[in-house]
Amino acid sequence: MPSADAYLVLSAAMFSIGVVGIILRRNLIVILMCVELMLNAVNINFIGFARRFGELEGHVFPIFIIAVAAGEAAVGLAILIQLYRLRNSLNVDEARELHG
Amino acid sequence: MDLVASGPLILFLAIGTVAVASSILVVALRNPIHSALFLMLTFLCVAMIFILAEAEFVGAVQLLVYAGGVMVLFLFVVMLMNVRDMPHEPMLSPYWKAAIVVGAALFVLFGTIVRGGAYRDAAPTSDALRTMTLEGQAPELVGNSEAVGMVLYQEYLVPFEVASLFLLVAMIGAIVIGKRQLMAEEEELVPQFIIDRAAEEKREKEEIGA
Repeated sequence: MPSADAYLVLSAAMFSIGVVGIILRRNLIVILMCVELMLNAVNINFIGFARRFGELEGHVFPIFIIAVAAGEAAVGLAILIQLYRLRNSLNVDEARELHG
Repeated sequence: MDLVASGPLILFLAIGTVAVASSILVVALRNPIHSALFLMLTFLCVAMIFILAEAEFVGAVQLLVYAGGVMVLFLFVVMLMNVRDMPHEPMLSPYWKAAIVVGAALFVLFGTIVRGGAYRDAAPTSDALRTMTLEGQAPELVGNSEAVGMVLYQEYLVPFEVASLFLLVAMIGAIVIGKRQLMAEEEELVPQFIIDRAAEEKREKEEIGA
């Protein structure tokens, strides 16, 4: 069986790819997808440690994370639709009313 | 190493490779539809890894909520956006070099933690994840779903309820934000005959009242 190390490495790789995607891409849909990717990486960590230590809490927290991710996706996509209606574009660099 | 004993490890490596490769493609592909489909592949691989790690219930939830719900939501929105007719946009931000440096640094940082080898031994926990302990009773060997359910409904009941409240708030928020127009503009779009009828009914009511 893979050790907890293997789960940590896989999770680190997926999390880093998510971070790179968030900074790299300009399309808001892809940025939201990268957030989901990072949340999934965290879930892999939880599951790996649950197996390592034999604690069921490691199975309970991913369920909450999945619930939060579902809500985040719904609200994020609603905001995205409004941005698209407002500007006819999904480029996040164009939305700088707050001078960010 | 015995081939039978290393079978799960080979499976893990194969699935993990596919997961990492498809998550790279999520970031690298230009078309958001392709990104969404590869994200779905990543979610499926992660669900397989969960099931491989004796987390059957979380794996099923991952399949239902992520691969079933969230991905359909994403694909719906991508289809709604009419990506093909969009003006040509730069795919990369001006900070793309910094992004790659930050990602590599993050991975190296995580890697140094793993290299310490604190978690290298695979502890045999096959029974701990399917043991249900009720108060005043001896631990009982059940399925993983039953054990997770017992922990969820006994020790984590309040967070569970808060999560349901959170989902309700998120649903209402998504509906309110996603509405087509604001209220002030909406009044102009009401057809004239409805306004006339409302005014007439109001007048009739006042006459009856008087």
